[in-house]
Amino acid sequence: MLNFKKTINFLSVRRITTTLSITLMIFSLVSIITKGLNPGIDFTGGFQIEISYQQPPEIEDIRNNLSSAGFNDAIVQNSGSATDIMIRIAPREGLDSRTVGKLIIENLSQSSNSAELMSSEYVSAQVGEELTEQGGLAMIFALIMIMIYIVFRFQWKFSIGAVMALIHDVLITVGVFSFFQITFDLAVLAAILAVVGYSLNDTIVIFDRIRENFRSMRRAETLDILNTSITQTISRTMITSSTTLMVLLALYIMGGQSLEGFSLALIIGVLIGTYSSIFIASTSIFYLDISTSDLLPSKREEVDDGMP
Amino acid sequence: MNHYPLWKNAIVVVVILLGTLFALPNFYGEDPALIVSKENGEVFSNAELKDVENFLASKEASVTSIRNKKGDLLIRFPDVENQIAASSNIRSYLGRFSTVALTFAPRMPEWIQQLDLNPMSLGLDLRGGVYFKFEVDLDAAIQQRLDQYITDINKSLIDQRIRRAIRKEGNTLRVELSNPEDFNQARRSIREIDNLLDVTNASTAAQTVILVNMTDDMLKQRRDFAIQQNILTMRNRVNELGVAEPIVQRQGLDRIVVQLPGVQDPTQAERILGATATLEFRLVCENENAFEAEEKGRAPIGCDLFEDRTGNPVLLKKKAIVTGNQLIDASQSFSQGRPAVSIRLDGKGSKSMLETTKRNLNKPMAVLFVQQRQETIEENGNFINRSVLDKEVINIATIRGVFSSQFEITGLTTFEAKDLAILLRAGALAAPIFKVEEKTIGPSLGQDNIDKGFAAIVTGLILIVIFMTLYYKGFGLIANLGLVVNMTLLVALLSLLQASLTLPGIAGIVLTVGMAVDANVLIFERIREELRNGNSPQASITAGYQKAFATITDANITTLIAALVLFTFGTGPIKGFAVTLSLGILTSLFTAIIASRAVVNWVYGRRTIKKLRI
Repeated sequence: MLNFKKTINFLSVRRITTTLSITLMIFSLVSIITKGLNPGIDFTGGFQIEISYQQPPEIEDIRNNLSSAGFNDAIVQNSGSATDIMIRIAPREGLDSRTVGKLIIENLSQSSNSAELMSSEYVSAQVGEELTEQGGLAMIFALIMIMIYIVFRFQWKFSIGAVMALIHDVLITVGVFSFFQITFDLAVLAAILAVVGYSLNDTIVIFDRIRENFRSMRRAETLDILNTSITQTISRTMITSSTTLMVLLALYIMGGQSLEGFSLALIIGVLIGTYSSIFIASTSIFYLDISTSDLLPSKREEVDDGMP
Repeated sequence: MNHYPLWKNAIVVVVILLGTLFALPNFYGEDPALIVSKENGEVFSNAELKDVENFLASKEASVTSIRNKKGDLLIRFPDVENQIAASSNIRSYLGRFSTVALTFAPRMPEWIQQLDLNPMSLGLDLRGGVYFKFEVDLDAAIQQRLDQYITDINKSLIDQRIRRAIRKEGNTLRVELSNPEDFNQARRSIREIDNLLDVTNASTAAQTVILVNMTDDMLKQRRDFAIQQNILTMRNRVNELGVAEPIVQRQGLDRIVVQLPGVQDPTQAERILGATATLEFRLVCENENAFEAEEKGRAPIGCDLFEDRTGNPVLLKKKAIVTGNQLIDASQSFSQGRPAVSIRLDGKGSKSMLETTKRNLNKPMAVLFVQQRQETIEENGNFINRSVLDKEVINIATIRGVFSSQFEITGLTTFEAKDLAILLRAGALAAPIFKVEEKTIGPSLGQDNIDKGFAAIVTGLILIVIFMTLYYKGFGLIANLGLVVNMTLLVALLSLLQASLTLPGIAGIVLTVGMAVDANVLIFERIREELRNGNSPQASITAGYQKAFATITDANITTLIAALVLFTFGTGPIKGFAVTLSLGILTSLFTAIIASRAVVNWVYGRRTIKKLRI
């Protein structure tokens, strides 16, 4: 049972966790800048074809077949199972999906091993570009909206703390996708926005308790209040993270290839989000010198309250 | 203590009952089916139904059932293979006067169908089909309008014997007059053609010039018209293709999204949707040498140089007898064993055709096949779409007699004749379109996605039910009950809204399952805390629900903000994720805060509890 009767001094390790987080963030940033992301065709434009064979084909054969047909840049990989193949080709002049589809079927159907076209997709480079722009815009817009809400409901120091945690979570999750060059498609972007929602959910629950405790434990030290609040909510944090991770693992294992990147992003995001809401968000507001006076009802309200 | 008034309990019960009712249609499953309807809106008789049934039996198709539904035939099949095979068989059997559409028919009992309830509508990634996104070339629509103005202004000024030269500079028409005295009269005539036009005097001492511009309002109107007209035309074309529940809708400023569930061959669909094929009729320049003109690369005055289907050069008169927009109906036919298209012309076209054939008996007339083609070129590293007009001579025949409104042409392949007939019937596109996105999802992949998504939901649900029961015991069971109610309500809302469920949408449901218990966890943890602080069980329950409420709302509103941003910016399947996530948050708030409280009150309320097991 996760019943902590004694307050745990979470913030005593704040130097270690802060160093760890900053290192991870720098690491992610470097990876994103140097290695970049491996964007799906949603963002680059191009062709994506999924084929299902009866028996597992030789990927090398398919690659050779495609490059002799002029597709040197084709990315061929297994998708889901050994019999399923996914091919990605960059957009190019004078080529439409019909031609690609025809070429693929002509080249890849082997008499001994028949291939079935599962899905084909074409996105123009222009649409991809717009989507990249829109995706970035969505992320920024979401952050701003959330900041406004927290300023409105709590106080600006909390708002900064929450956004620090969010940037931390998003950056490291994207960093993992960059470092391992996992395909970053539209679904992954959606997952990252869901991570924003989730991580925030976690952070808000702790902040809520901090606010409450600042009002009820007026004599206590700030550090004590923060630690008490995290301790009081830690079992909830762990339980919700576990239930969410459980379903995400189910989704990752059973949901099929097209949801793999999506569930992976959420799994990473939930893990990091849980860590950041415990260690990063509260550390941030501690460094911002949060104090009782930040959270007391304003003077005027007090006067109103005193009226008969 | 801890007692809900009757009305609150009643609300909970009513919401759950309604939710169950609306969710019900989803539990019966669907059959692959065909809907056969007559094009002229007539109904199928029982004899005709028997006839189709016998025909399918003769083709050894396995049919689950066939019945008459409001005059159309609804034929159910045990699997997609039989459905697809039967669709092409029936199409060729009944011919062009009926449309055969692929669809899925729910297996609901009669009484649910009477209530007009529907199961969730499945997105393309779950049912298979084709998705297109087209961009409308709005600039071309403007240019076409400007060309029309040039023709009209020219005609009007010729009639008044005003000598002029008209040039197009970007979106501006520059009318240069040879005689400065014509200025006022010319300006008046231009205003008469369209008094909304922006007409300005740009004359200098040396030259008399009128600048004609379309106003911003006119430009906007023209663009909107082009999109609306294109959507209308594409809808007509989709109907000609015979697709059940197609979606054709505008997206953003200049995009049109087309979704064709059940269609497996994007090639024909795209050819028909994006095609601009039409016909043009012209007389042949008989006294000129076409090969000479081809060598020079220049056509003699009054003639245009074209190629026929074998690649030989042909010189045709510049002026067309009849152009594409004067064709009003067409149907595929056969003429002496060769594929042909029967054409009908409008009044203006008939008159022109009548006069021309009268005057040019025994002279050759050419039929031009006009097609707009999309081409992608690379320019400075950017890919640019542009449309190219292909005109090809398909047939030159000697005019043997006088004809006007109705006749037949040959020279096309069976395919082209069929497509052309569809296109001429459905109307022309007001502006060229470019395909910017295409997705084809095979039917087996769709079913696969449903199965996998469903398995993930069920597994996640079972894991959480076990976990919550072990951890919170009696209260865990209440949370689990809430989770089941939550799923039911979510499915009910999705069915009610008929928002299409996509694979990311299923992912949203799975995520909801994981996060929905959070509100209950928050409440239960609070109750435990209150108990630890030495409060009585009843007081702890009240305080637990009360204190957790603000936290739950704050936490969920921020997630809702993220989901709404996703909905606003997202397209297609991502919207589906945002929809299920937002609805899931709302339903879980209801079940965790109101419904679970009702059960807790019912079990624990209004009595003394010595010890609360939580």
